[in-house]
Amino acid sequence: MSLALDINNLNFRYAEQTKNCLQDFSLQVETGERFGLFGPNGAGKTTLMHILTGLVSFNNGSIKLLGNELNNNKKSLNNLFGFVPQDFSFYQELSPVENLNFFGAWCGLSKPEIKKRSEELLETLNLTDVRNKPVAKFSGGMKRRVNLAIGVLNNPSILFLDEPTVGVDIQTRHAIIDYLKQLNQNGTTLFYTSHQLHEAESLCTQIALIDEGKLIACNSLPNLLAQHKATNLEELFLTLTGKAYRDSHV
Amino acid sequence: MFKLWAAIVKDVKILIRDKVGLTFMFAMPILLVLVITSLQSSTFELVNENKVPLLVCNKDTGVASRQLIQALEKVGMFNLHTTNQNLNGQQVSDTMHKQNALIALVIPANFSAKIALKAKDVSDNALNDFGVKEKTASQTTDSLYSIQFYYHPVLQASYRKSIQGALRSALQLVESKQILQTLYFSLNEKKLPESLENKIVNNQITIQEIPVSKDGSKTIPNATQHNVPAWTIFAMFFIVTSLGSNLVKEKLSGSFIRLKTLPTNYLVALFSKQITYMAVCLTQIIVIFSMGVWLFPLIGLPALNIPNDILALIIVSIVCAWCAISYAQCIGVFAQTQEQANGFGAVSIVLLAAIGGILVPSFAMPHSFQVLLKFSPMYWCLESYYSLFLERGGLHDVFKNILPLLTIAIILQIIAFLGLKKKSLI
Repeated sequence: MSLALDINNLNFRYAEQTKNCLQDFSLQVETGERFGLFGPNGAGKTTLMHILTGLVSFNNGSIKLLGNELNNNKKSLNNLFGFVPQDFSFYQELSPVENLNFFGAWCGLSKPEIKKRSEELLETLNLTDVRNKPVAKFSGGMKRRVNLAIGVLNNPSILFLDEPTVGVDIQTRHAIIDYLKQLNQNGTTLFYTSHQLHEAESLCTQIALIDEGKLIACNSLPNLLAQHKATNLEELFLTLTGKAYRDSHV
Repeated sequence: MFKLWAAIVKDVKILIRDKVGLTFMFAMPILLVLVITSLQSSTFELVNENKVPLLVCNKDTGVASRQLIQALEKVGMFNLHTTNQNLNGQQVSDTMHKQNALIALVIPANFSAKIALKAKDVSDNALNDFGVKEKTASQTTDSLYSIQFYYHPVLQASYRKSIQGALRSALQLVESKQILQTLYFSLNEKKLPESLENKIVNNQITIQEIPVSKDGSKTIPNATQHNVPAWTIFAMFFIVTSLGSNLVKEKLSGSFIRLKTLPTNYLVALFSKQITYMAVCLTQIIVIFSMGVWLFPLIGLPALNIPNDILALIIVSIVCAWCAISYAQCIGVFAQTQEQANGFGAVSIVLLAAIGGILVPSFAMPHSFQVLLKFSPMYWCLESYYSLFLERGGLHDVFKNILPLLTIAIILQIIAFLGLKKKSLI
């Protein structure tokens, strides 16, 4: 199987820090996987996600996205992936349709493509009834679904998800996870981070644990549990990363 | 092109839904231009058409004081209330308040006698110089007489000076008449004929007012011609509170993170904002100028006379708007929070307006400011509009003002671009 993501010896340090956030970091993700990246606060998950989506430039190492070398300051690969950030990343003053129209155009879709895709997504994510209402008035769960809809608007080959279900109710969480599985069945590789470990157990086919900028474990969940004699992901997590607080700041 | 169009549609929708921002951009300048023009227009009328209420407390019973009162009436700028009561300072002040008089004159009891004495003295000296009569000892002193001038503190120094000028002119007339009559009597031992007196004293040279315009037209500058362009410029620059703050809001919101991950450069978003706000500025111009042309005459204010060179007006408006947008964009790029953008933006606009001659005319500024004001883009905007509205100039006349404006706008654009680059936002 081909690699969706191939990271080799990646090093990264913020300008104001003395220690690397990512230290000789290497990771391979095969296409079609539902890959989960977990680690305590400050482990480097969000930094890695920001590097992969081009939000920050990396210092050295190499990254291949679907076989294409990722270079700093080049937007040519940005239409290969989708991104669902942890924060609500849309215009709250606009309706879901208006947001989809704008972000669709900026993804490079044509007007008919945007219209078709918007209809599909609004229907699938149960937003049809509120399609023309300003998002600012939506509940947290509805905003999460709008956030997701915009992220998958361009039918990405790989989708980066940074805590896509944070702060939502059980129903919305299930709906989002079910939709992500459906998306994966249609060929989209998922690269997912979260602190919701129970949710991850049901979603992810491959698990990676990261701590202090280094990869400490990577395998399928059953293999990892057997390897470290743990009963679930949370126990495995605490075994490998310890119970001490991990407060961090940049 | 579709990406740019989508961004413009998005920006326009967000702008239309920002009711507070729209109020700042449209209602505030409309109110400002209405209020300031009305106030300044009434000041012009106070000076030019209305009469200043003047209380005259005449303690003198002679002819000279009566002549002075007649001369003051002839000046035409005063509405006289005369009293012959012997009022003290406090009573004069109280009477002024009662009669809403802005100024009061107290003519002393011996006014006519002193004028007559001075006239005789001057006449004797003149006759002595002519060799007609031997000089007699002078009976006057240097401080011959004084008239007390009370004024309401609201009157500004320049306005008081112009009133005092009118008073001196009336006093000069009374003195001249007395001297002339005395001299004539000394020579001819008969009264100066009234016709000759009028010829000598009243035959003043008239002053013809001619406004200077470049196209030869006779448009008279008034409060509207000054204020409408001035406050339109202020309104255009005040979009900093909307554009600057929108940019910061976008930078700080999650939407900016997503924009950076899309295969489109953020410069497209900036370009979209410039086009959107250019439309806003041009709408402001159309709305405020239309008020000047059609609404002002309906509410008793002078109408705005649109310049003959419409092409020049359009070019000046576009360049001014672009400069205002560039400034707002620059603030938006460098401000860290919306509060910074709004606070610094608004205060800096008021300062630039003050320096640039929007609040106080540039000719009335101290010499040191004459250099400083050229750093304010609003000064060049105002000069461009003045060339068109007051001097009735054309495109070639405003070119020297457009060039610095364009330079400032390009510098601001470059600064904003470098700021975005440094912050890795593009």
